[in-house]
Amino acid sequence: MYNFDFVRPTTVDEAVKALGDEEAQALGGGQTLIPTLKQRLASPSKLVSLTGIADMQGVSKSGDSVVIGGGTTHRVVAEEAAGAYPGLAALAGRIGDPAVRNRGTIGGSLANNDPSACYPAAALGSGATIVTNTREIAADDYFQGMFTTALEEGEIITEVRFPIPKKSHYAKIAQPASRFPLVAVFVAQYSDGVRVAVTGASNNGVFRWSEAEAALSDNFATDALDGLTLPSDDMIGDLHGTAQYRAHLVGVMTKRAVAAAS
Amino acid sequence: MTQVSMTVNGKQASGDVEGRTLLVQFLRDAQGLTGSHVGCDTSQCGACVVHVDGQAVKACTMLALEAEGAQVSTIEGQANADGSLNVIQQAFQDHHGLQCGFCTPGMVMSAAALLKDNPKPTEADVRDYLEGNICRCTGYHNIVKAILAASGQDVSAIAAE
Ligand SMILES: Cc1cc2nc3c(=O)[nH]c(=O)nc-3n(C[C@H](O)[C@H](O)[C@H](O)COP(=O)(O)OP(=O)(O)OC[C@H]3O[C@@H](n4cnc5c(N)ncnc54)[C@H](O)[C@@H]3O)c2cc1C
Ligand code: FES
Ligand code: FES
Repeated sequence: MYNFDFVRPTTVDEAVKALGDEEAQALGGGQTLIPTLKQRLASPSKLVSLTGIADMQGVSKSGDSVVIGGGTTHRVVAEEAAGAYPGLAALAGRIGDPAVRNRGTIGGSLANNDPSACYPAAALGSGATIVTNTREIAADDYFQGMFTTALEEGEIITEVRFPIPKKSHYAKIAQPASRFPLVAVFVAQYSDGVRVAVTGASNNGVFRWSEAEAALSDNFATDALDGLTLPSDDMIGDLHGTAQYRAHLVGVMTKRAVAAAS
Repeated sequence: MTQVSMTVNGKQASGDVEGRTLLVQFLRDAQGLTGSHVGCDTSQCGACVVHVDGQAVKACTMLALEAEGAQVSTIEGQANADGSLNVIQQAFQDHHGLQCGFCTPGMVMSAAALLKDNPKPTEADVRDYLEGNICRCTGYHNIVKAILAASGQDVSAIAAE
């Protein structure tokens, strides 16, 4: 790891200012960024830690939404969102392992947009709003391909608002070495329709499976999905699974998510 | 270099560190607390698990400067005041929960974090909680048994495998 300066501001404004320096980068829980720095895949000259910003912490309810501070750890979401949005809390409680969940944050996960990450599926599958220091971004506009998002240089995710569905579930098959999903599907039923978001499968990162959404909006039952398949052309193929296998798993995981939705 | 101060196993610990200094490097190299092991350095194995403000973290994946002002506990602080093994450590010995011992500090620290939140875990709870702790020797069975025993549950029916 190359050396860098380290600052830990206590307000969003101070953090934004610190990130104005060339080659400064935000540090959330470090559970992705520190391994990346060790591999010298990133070499910022300054890290701006967001862990000291009280305004970016915690889970609250506002109307029909759950609002999560951008610096909130996976563990806190698993514990504190369990009452209001159990499907989301359960997703957070299965990210990585306990030590990763004690540090890793929702803002870091969404900013990173790993094609196999869990939170992007929840955000897209809930039609969440990603709130930054400058604007609000709808999840449908936010995810722009693997490791690519609508965030500008130095923009900070300060909170994420999740509309609460009637029912939801996240079905994940973990890749046992990395503990990331091999394929995972988030299904959420709202009064105006069903959303189905798939992670781990596509070379383009998280995506909505619109045929499944239409079928489930008509009839929220596993047999509504019978006969629906996804083409494997854009699917990830690697030593853990072929593109065809992943395409097949999307169907299986979607059914499991529907069956378990509550 | 920047000055960092924290409490480690109840004692004040401070020193000058670089931005990139990892918590595990501060503990091992500056404080001489070499019980926290570095098995992978890639956040996978859990041999470096310590508690920061009561929560289990991978000390190889946290910067020392992030622990400014924190209460840190390591394996060196786990024994009873008279130096005897604490209940988790003793259970690891009694149930043969270690072979080479490399993973053991992290296993004991993860076990302590689990039992703090969940004093009577099921076998499935224990296995789930140890997701991020890798052992290359034991096959986990006796580690799980030791942790269940440390929680005061009867493990006599669990066969040694
Ligand atoms: C062993 C292991 C297993 C894991 N398993 C899973 C898994 O199953 N599922 C899963 O989804 N993830 C998994 N992860 C990744 C984990 O969830 C990370 O916590 C997460 O991807 C990144 O969050 P972070 O807070 O640690 O961000 P960091 O690593 O600190 O930062 C990641 C990126 O986001 C930027 N950033 C951080 N916070 C913000 C913010 N608030 N606003 C804007 N930009 C920001 C940083 O500049 C950096 O580019 C795993 C990680 C490990 C080490
Ligand atoms: S050395 Fe920290 S997880 Fe392996
Ligand atoms: S006892 Fe050798 S790695 Fe666990």
